Amino acid sequence: MLAEYKREIILFSGLFALILIVMSFMGTAYSTRMLVEASCYAIIALGLTIQWGYAGLFNAGIMGFLAIGAFLTMLFSFPVNNEFWDSGLAPDLGGVFLKLLIGLILIAGSMQLGRFGVRQNVRRLITLILIAITYIIFMNSLDPVAGAIESEVGFIGGFGLPVWIGWIFGGLVAGAIAYGIGHICLGLRSDYLAVATLGIAEIIKAFLKNADWLTRGTLTVSPLPWPTPGPAELGFVMARAVYLSMTALMIVVIFFLLNRAYNAPWGRMLRAIRDNETSALAMGKNVNRRRLEVFVFGSILMGIGGAVLGTFNGIFDPSGYIPLNHTFLIWVMVILGGAGNNLGTLFGAVFVYILWTMSEPVALWVFDVARNLGESWFGWQAPGDLDSRALQARVFVIGLTITLVLRYAPKGVIPERVAQHH
Amino acid sequence: MNELIFLINKVVISGAVIGAIYAMGAIGVTLIFSILRFAHFAHADLMTTGAFITFFLTAMFPQAGSIVGLPTAFVMLPIAMVITSLVAVGIDKAFYKPLREHNVKPIVLVMASLGVTFMLQGLVRLFFGTGSRNLFIDDRKEIFRLELPWELASRKLVITEPQLLLFVFTLIAVISLHYFLTRSRLGKAMRAMSDNADLARVSGINVNVVVIVTWVIAGSLCAAAGTLLSLDVALKPDLSFNLLLPIFAAAIVGGVGHVYGAVLGGFVVGFAESLAVFNWAVVLRPLARAMEWDLPRSLALVPTEYKITVPFFILIAILVLRPTGILKGKVI
Repeated sequence: MLAEYKREIILFSGLFALILIVMSFMGTAYSTRMLVEASCYAIIALGLTIQWGYAGLFNAGIMGFLAIGAFLTMLFSFPVNNEFWDSGLAPDLGGVFLKLLIGLILIAGSMQLGRFGVRQNVRRLITLILIAITYIIFMNSLDPVAGAIESEVGFIGGFGLPVWIGWIFGGLVAGAIAYGIGHICLGLRSDYLAVATLGIAEIIKAFLKNADWLTRGTLTVSPLPWPTPGPAELGFVMARAVYLSMTALMIVVIFFLLNRAYNAPWGRMLRAIRDNETSALAMGKNVNRRRLEVFVFGSILMGIGGAVLGTFNGIFDPSGYIPLNHTFLIWVMVILGGAGNNLGTLFGAVFVYILWTMSEPVALWVFDVARNLGESWFGWQAPGDLDSRALQARVFVIGLTITLVLRYAPKGVIPERVAQHH
Repeated sequence: MNELIFLINKVVISGAVIGAIYAMGAIGVTLIFSILRFAHFAHADLMTTGAFITFFLTAMFPQAGSIVGLPTAFVMLPIAMVITSLVAVGIDKAFYKPLREHNVKPIVLVMASLGVTFMLQGLVRLFFGTGSRNLFIDDRKEIFRLELPWELASRKLVITEPQLLLFVFTLIAVISLHYFLTRSRLGKAMRAMSDNADLARVSGINVNVVVIVTWVIAGSLCAAAGTLLSLDVALKPDLSFNLLLPIFAAAIVGGVGHVYGAVLGGFVVGFAESLAVFNWAVVLRPLARAMEWDLPRSLALVPTEYKITVPFFILIAILVLRPTGILKGKVI
């Protein structure tokens, strides 16, 4: 039993040693923060590993799901802005959304017209016209209200509810968005899902960044309340340690559930679909349905992970979401750790996150040395923005890691264990 | 009358400019899609790389343009196209070919192309910094302001030299690509490959040559599109960022694997974008004055900051209504 897991034991003890080294060099407060962030990334990476590892779905828009999770947490947990609710703007805003709701009901109704024998072309035309009308009316009535909110009360504030409600809603809304995307794209070529998720992530970010009445946009919202006692009561190290134990508990629960699902008939069916879609189809499995399920589940985990990460950061800054840190870093974690293997993903998440945070000072140091050597040996005039360029070297390294891992270790450092039934 | 000229300036010309850029990108994407069967995500960054190669050459020989009377960057473009093609072929050799030989799923190649995206991005920013650059180093941008003969038209029709060059270049590129694909042996081999790769292989078509030619065409179009776009606006390392989604939308709208479809899709997306962000209040103002309406100051369909939603919703609409694209592409 122990010999079978030799690789895992060695890798995880190595990881533990790495954490200890970082802790001794950078101090406890720094490294607990790093560990909490790594654990949030681990939740997100588990979401990706079921999409990619269990079902082979390419989600290139993780960033959007993280941002939406963080946004909903902000909306639910941030203290109530009484100024907004006391002004006459709240009913105005409600009226705008009522119009949107009526429009959406009409659109949904028009999609069902086929039941009454309306031809498909006519039905689509009606739906398109309804969408256009709803859009124009909604935009026109939202504009003045949004402008008034921004100029009079800043933004609508939060609901002042407990943080965990925000986390749950973050996950649910991320799942709902994933359902919409998956519903359209999963029946088509696998590349289309990648293009569509890439687009939706950018749109979510653009929306959160520009909807100042809702999110304060580039002004950012802080401080977000924590579900656990904050640094003011316990001090930095203790508060972060408490938060860390909470995220660790979440990971344990998610991990347990995912392993159950992986070994259940459902997980087996997913792997069959991933490995040989044609034969799974021939066996009468509903391929697209299963894919949609796993895509939604994975996105819910991403939403929750993004929400937990957002709460920990204590600030909601829509422009802080960038594809490199919030999509592709997670991809590196999953494919390096071993897609389809939850333990591997966990290892990859913590390991890659530590390397990523440590690479910043290292890159700066390397370029500093290069600058000094260049100046003293060749009289080279270094460009003034060398430090910002040094950080770009990390982008290159991320890209190189992705391509090299795909080529030389496509299964990751802890490959998926395929159970053999004799 | 002035309002109409405003419409032409803002919609027709700028839509055609961005449409031509998208078309050139989408041709490359669609060719790679049909020959190599994967979505090449590094395409937009290949454009940026091409533009920066041109920038480098322009900075090396800033006077070259004045001999011919064209912008130096445009004179340097052929060399940049050659270098970018070499880069593209090299990337294929180093990163995609080994994966292809392992018979991986297409989606793994997509992921590798994302890795390449970041490598190109990192390299460009490492060498050229993160700031914005101007491709006109020793010369300056010619802007033609055309007077129109009508009496009421006091506003002028504005078109810049890079825009004219872009139109001419796109026209030549598309026509020569058409003749290449339909008349030449190699072009026919490419089409055979895209129709049925296995059949092409057993018919004795040299797959390696076809793949290299595909990358050469895609790479040179990338360099051209990147350079011509940054001649018109500024050259920025994050140029590619806003191009990727429209290019894929264009390729899918036109029908993946269909070169003319890509051109069509490029212009559809380009015009849709410029129509969507166009402020209709300006055009409707005379009518409103006559009818005594009360018009809001801005009457755009989509606010400019949400421009990126336009290609996305076109993409979604086409995937729902007609997943094969307008011209019935082969690959779905």
